Amino acid sequence: MSVLEISDLHVSVETDQGTKQILRGVDLTINEGEIHAIMGPNGSGKSTLAYTIAGHPKYHVEGGSVKLDGEEVLTMSVDERARAGLFLAMQYPVEIPGVTVSNFLRTAKTALDGEAPAIRGWIKDVRESMTRLRMDPTFAERNVNEGFSGGEKKRNEILQLELLKPKFAVLDETDSGLDVDALKIVSEGVNRAKENTGLGLLLITHYTRILRYIRPDFVHVFVAGRVAEQGGHELADRLEDEGYDRFLAGAPLS
Amino acid sequence: MTTPIATNTTQSIDTVSPDAAPAQHGAKAHTDGGWSGVPVQTRSARFASADVADFGPVTGREIVWKYTPVARLGHLIDGDLDGSSYDVGFPAVDDVSVEWVPRTDSRIGSAGLPEERASANAWSSFDEALAVTITGEDEKQVVVARSSLGETARAAHTVITAAPFSRALVILENAGSANLTENIEFVIGDSADITVVSLQEWADDAIHLASHFAVVGRDARFKHVVVTLGGDIVRVNPSVHLANEGGDAELLGLYFADSGQHLEQQVYVDHDAPHTKSRVNYKGALQGVKARTVWIGDVLIRHSAPGTDSYEQNRNLVLTEGTRADSVPNLEIETGDILGAGHASATGRFDDEQLFYLQARGIPEQEARRLVVRGFLIEIVQKIGSAELQEHLAVRIEEELLRSATVSGAAPLASATEGASA
Ligand SMILES: Nc1ncnc2c1ncn2[C@@H]1O[C@H](COP(=O)(O)OP(=O)(O)O)[C@@H](O)[C@H]1O
Ligand SMILES: [Mg+2]
Repeated sequence: MSVLEISDLHVSVETDQGTKQILRGVDLTINEGEIHAIMGPNGSGKSTLAYTIAGHPKYHVEGGSVKLDGEEVLTMSVDERARAGLFLAMQYPVEIPGVTVSNFLRTAKTALDGEAPAIRGWIKDVRESMTRLRMDPTFAERNVNEGFSGGEKKRNEILQLELLKPKFAVLDETDSGLDVDALKIVSEGVNRAKENTGLGLLLITHYTRILRYIRPDFVHVFVAGRVAEQGGHELADRLEDEGYDRFLAGAPLS
Repeated sequence: MTTPIATNTTQSIDTVSPDAAPAQHGAKAHTDGGWSGVPVQTRSARFASADVADFGPVTGREIVWKYTPVARLGHLIDGDLDGSSYDVGFPAVDDVSVEWVPRTDSRIGSAGLPEERASANAWSSFDEALAVTITGEDEKQVVVARSSLGETARAAHTVITAAPFSRALVILENAGSANLTENIEFVIGDSADITVVSLQEWADDAIHLASHFAVVGRDARFKHVVVTLGGDIVRVNPSVHLANEGGDAELLGLYFADSGQHLEQQVYVDHDAPHTKSRVNYKGALQGVKARTVWIGDVLIRHSAPGTDSYEQNRNLVLTEGTRADSVPNLEIETGDILGAGHASATGRFDDEQLFYLQARGIPEQEARRLVVRGFLIEIVQKIGSAELQEHLAVRIEEELLRSATVSGAAPLASATEGASA
């Protein structure tokens, strides 16, 4: 059974005003097949956690570790982490001019598997996933995220989640900017991916809305760079009623 | 009469690493031209002549030479040139003739005249001109290939004439060694639809200076593509005269400069009739020490060209330290009655976010870089409109990329200028 273990993670970024401490000792363990929701106010460091797990060069690890099945992830390059089984669905997916979705997906699949996928089965898989995510087939020949609407970009992230089959996925505000129909489609995609592959999920969100469609096993409240409280689904309900105010009182201002 | 307006933006990007000795490589980024008290020279006022004796000695300070390594070009600018005819490969095609014609042929000089001395030296020195004549309304492909010009300093002249309503894709293939200064004329008849692709896939030692002159007929479409991948010093300067109502010019360029290569293009579009349209789009990649590119884009919208619609852009992608890209768009507008006119120029490093995104999907760094560069350049390739050529160029770009030295994540360096008026 796979496990992703984050211990005492401290992370900073360089800003114009100097080094800024963002993560201040994050502890979190996610087992295969579990869904963990991370909820927190804007600026609390949720994306920083996501990017640090994925290995974005802007974020400096000051201390702590991230282990995947006992192996240190923090020393791996970005692509090695992906090949080890980690996936990040980005809050703001990047446009790649001149690279089509189908070329991108095939290149990524080949890199992850170490060999090109059998062509017929792959094309069928791509087509079926796109259909289920209500993506027009023409998207396959469009450049990655170029001219996509916010919702289309998020669907494209979930398409990749379904096709690339990671062990653990971090979804960074995949729900934000989606109307309720798109939210349902995207949530179904995430649930399907979990059913099919049994992956573990770290679901980062600002709102409780998506938790109606993707039911978390654990909820962590993230404030000022660390987990301030954790519990089960009932904690999400409480946040929906009370908001984050209770946690913000006395928290260091970033 | 409306007041002419002119904009000139110069952008020079040096990518010398901060610890490199300054003396090692060229000048620092600088700006010159329009804003420094010297008025922008009106392009239409530039001197032109077919006689080399009408041009004074070249100093390297002239506007047409200031970015070019003139010290290495004396033999083409001033020297004696071999003007004899050479081997040309052209598979026979219906409705297309290719022949050598004497200097006195009436077509010669109908599309333009030299504006600098190397061009004039070629004009004064060629014995016979290669004449390509296109008729027939069916789409067809014409290939004119040169690969054995050799190292002797040479002059050449080509006239390509497209009859009214004719259609063709003309591919000018250049390979092997060369030491060449030449002029190519394009006379595009009314309502013709012609695409010309000039492919510079020269050997590493080739030196090539070319001036292309086009005159575009009424309602004709002229697509001109410059692809420069091989050669030591290669300068191709296309100039298009939209002399008749409704003429449409699309000028595309793609270049990839490796270590030590100087690749230059000076593009000129002269809007001289109502309702003419032009689009200029050049993209270049630079990799390796002293990889050097120059792009100058002049667009003139004359008083005689109300309803003009024009846009030009140049984008450069810098892959390593030690390169230099100059990008200079100039826009001169003599009439207030235009549909649109604008320019953009940008030179920048890799977008690290694109790289991160691809790597986060498991794609190794080198392959991710190749995907991004290929993606950057492919826009031009796709606009050429020939599947066969697209395939060929995709392979050639791949080869260029494989030469790529390992690049570690360099600090971002990007700047852009945009300008528009309408
Ligand atoms: N690259 C960066 N440069 C400067 N500040 C940053 C950078 N990334 C994040 N921050 C700052 O760190 C804090 C946490 O940001 P982020 O992780 O994006 O929070 P969240 O995703 O919870 O909204 C914010 O104050 C933000 O301004
Ligand atoms: Mg965020």
